[in-house]
Amino acid sequence: MIADILTGAIRSGTSVMLASQGELVSERAGVINLGTEGSMLCGALGGFAVTVWSGNPWLGTVAGGLCGLLISLIHAFLVISCGANQLATGLTIMFFGMGVTAFFGKGFVSQQIVGFNPVPIPLLSDIPYLGKILFNHDPLTYLSMLLVPMLWYLIFRTRLGIILRAAGEREEVLFASGINPRLVRYLAVLAGGFLAGIGGAQLSIAYTHSWVENMVAGRGVVAVALVIFASWKPVQAMLGAYLFGAAQALQLTVQQQGLAISPYFLFMVPYVLTLVALLIVERRKQSQTPEALGKVLAGSG
Amino acid sequence: MKSTSTWKKSSQSIILLLVAVMLLLAGCSQPSNPANTGTNSNSEGTGGGNAQSSDAVPGVGGSAVGFIFVGTKDDYGYNQAAYLGSVAVEEAYPDLKVLRAENVPESAEAERVMEQMIQEGAKIIFPTSYGHLEPALNVAKRHPDVLFYHQGGLKTAENLGTYFGTIWEPVYLAGVAAGKMSQSGKLGFIVSVPIPQVLLNINAFTLGARSVNPEATTNVVFTGSWCDPGQQANAANSLIDSGVDLLSLHQDCMKTVVETAERSGVMTVGYHADASELAPNGWVTGSEWNWGELFVDMVKVGTAGEFKGSQYDGKYRGTLADDVVKLSPFGANVPSDVVSYVEQQKAALLSGELNPFAGPIKDQSGNVKIEEGQELTVEELESTDYLVEGVIGTIPQ
Repeated sequence: MIADILTGAIRSGTSVMLASQGELVSERAGVINLGTEGSMLCGALGGFAVTVWSGNPWLGTVAGGLCGLLISLIHAFLVISCGANQLATGLTIMFFGMGVTAFFGKGFVSQQIVGFNPVPIPLLSDIPYLGKILFNHDPLTYLSMLLVPMLWYLIFRTRLGIILRAAGEREEVLFASGINPRLVRYLAVLAGGFLAGIGGAQLSIAYTHSWVENMVAGRGVVAVALVIFASWKPVQAMLGAYLFGAAQALQLTVQQQGLAISPYFLFMVPYVLTLVALLIVERRKQSQTPEALGKVLAGSG
Repeated sequence: MKSTSTWKKSSQSIILLLVAVMLLLAGCSQPSNPANTGTNSNSEGTGGGNAQSSDAVPGVGGSAVGFIFVGTKDDYGYNQAAYLGSVAVEEAYPDLKVLRAENVPESAEAERVMEQMIQEGAKIIFPTSYGHLEPALNVAKRHPDVLFYHQGGLKTAENLGTYFGTIWEPVYLAGVAAGKMSQSGKLGFIVSVPIPQVLLNINAFTLGARSVNPEATTNVVFTGSWCDPGQQANAANSLIDSGVDLLSLHQDCMKTVVETAERSGVMTVGYHADASELAPNGWVTGSEWNWGELFVDMVKVGTAGEFKGSQYDGKYRGTLADDVVKLSPFGANVPSDVVSYVEQQKAALLSGELNPFAGPIKDQSGNVKIEEGQELTVEELESTDYLVEGVIGTIPQ
């Protein structure tokens, strides 16, 4: 039963995890993107549509990422170039994404695709317990697991990571070293949109093999919240996303045990548990917030 | 330099905003409260400029018929079934224009859509979602010359009748098929929220399965929404992991569940529409709405001005015998002896020999809910608030 819950955690947490890694990159450069929800929806629809047309889920994944990137470009332009308020713009982008995808997605609701299926990894998937939990997933899930240590390395161990973090902390440093912080922020927001788009595509072409309007249903917003509570750290954001997934799997398992707990209460559990757990983590480590987060860039570029 | 506390504050306000948005989005997936349309029906009279006298016969003289759907027309579910009904009307009445609006929310927006349809010449309107009832009642008040046929409503008006079907009859038969087909006797049932219609279907399905396999049990999982593919996949995977070998559901859309089951080698019993093409191996059967003939007849009665006093003036409930609800085609892998047994049960049900809810029927804790010899009316059945013996799962109190 515990193995089932942990397997479920990864299955249903992966889309949120991908989006939260993307949002993390964006916020490390100082831009909050509430439009992540919109990016995920665009990625889910774009990925699904291209998979329908091409029959190739890999092409669909790339297309999903690009769709997520495109909508985050609007956010980047408004926030970085026009100096618009980040939260207001993000919310607008989120609702824009809902509307656009509901409109263009109408014809795709009944389409069938050959999407990604779980591919057990030989030998590793035979390990008792662990094999089923970790090594029996779709290819995108494996890639997302590899992404996290790579991002950690990139952010904390490379020059590129220092540039990224400097854009979110002290833009003066970048000015002084001849790097345009606006460019760095643009790239970070686009990378974030791309990952969120892939998160959406994972939901539509790997997990559910379906498109339904507004199918992301708040997962993008959860991803943004996770980043803040995870103190802008990739591994913690991943654990947070899996915790969210585990809570969803847990509530389904609890229901099946026939325990007298109201499902309405259980629907709330994933959100509450994730918030509480990450709040505890947050309290221990004081103020990890990138200093320039949410600030409109002052420099003349 | 910014002090730490400023940043802490701004970080807190972001968190508050996120929580608000999260709750909003999670709430979006719930069916909206029909009582909450927020429109004042006292504005009556201001809209009806061309002053229909109160003796206007509703439904007569229109050039169009309007249909509004809460979802998309090809969702392998509730809306697809209603859409197919509108197609039948289109074919039967080439002179009438069929106006359709998909994705109409259950809010004041629905009133606007209906007003628009009336302006375009519709004298008969089918609001097909449960939550369209209150908006429809408001519009009906303003337009006594327009006839409304609402799907599933429990309230009526002078010019608004409601229709529905006794879908639990085919659900019971599908349960019989499920009980015959399941090897493990462990069945899964994915539902949204605990409203009477949903509970009634779970009960009918379970009673059907246990009529052929007294040991069979139904694991019920509530997802809290009518169509969230992510949650559906979670629920389906969780049930499959726990060892069920057949899944059924009561959701507005079913593509994700049927496909997930098929990929895992698990059988499915459908609901709302025929989705056998999604599961060539695992499809058993399902329960469907068959609105076409009913809609055509309702339009005929309406346009002839005979709504008052007809069977549709009030709460009409079509049955299996009326062919308003029916059993889906059987899957290719269902053996012929199972098909013939279910057909036999169907004949018994049609002849009145078999009553799925014949007492004694016990709830989960063993209390007798329907006494031996007691016959429940449709209305009593539609207010079911318990789960029968053999169902594993809890109703929120």
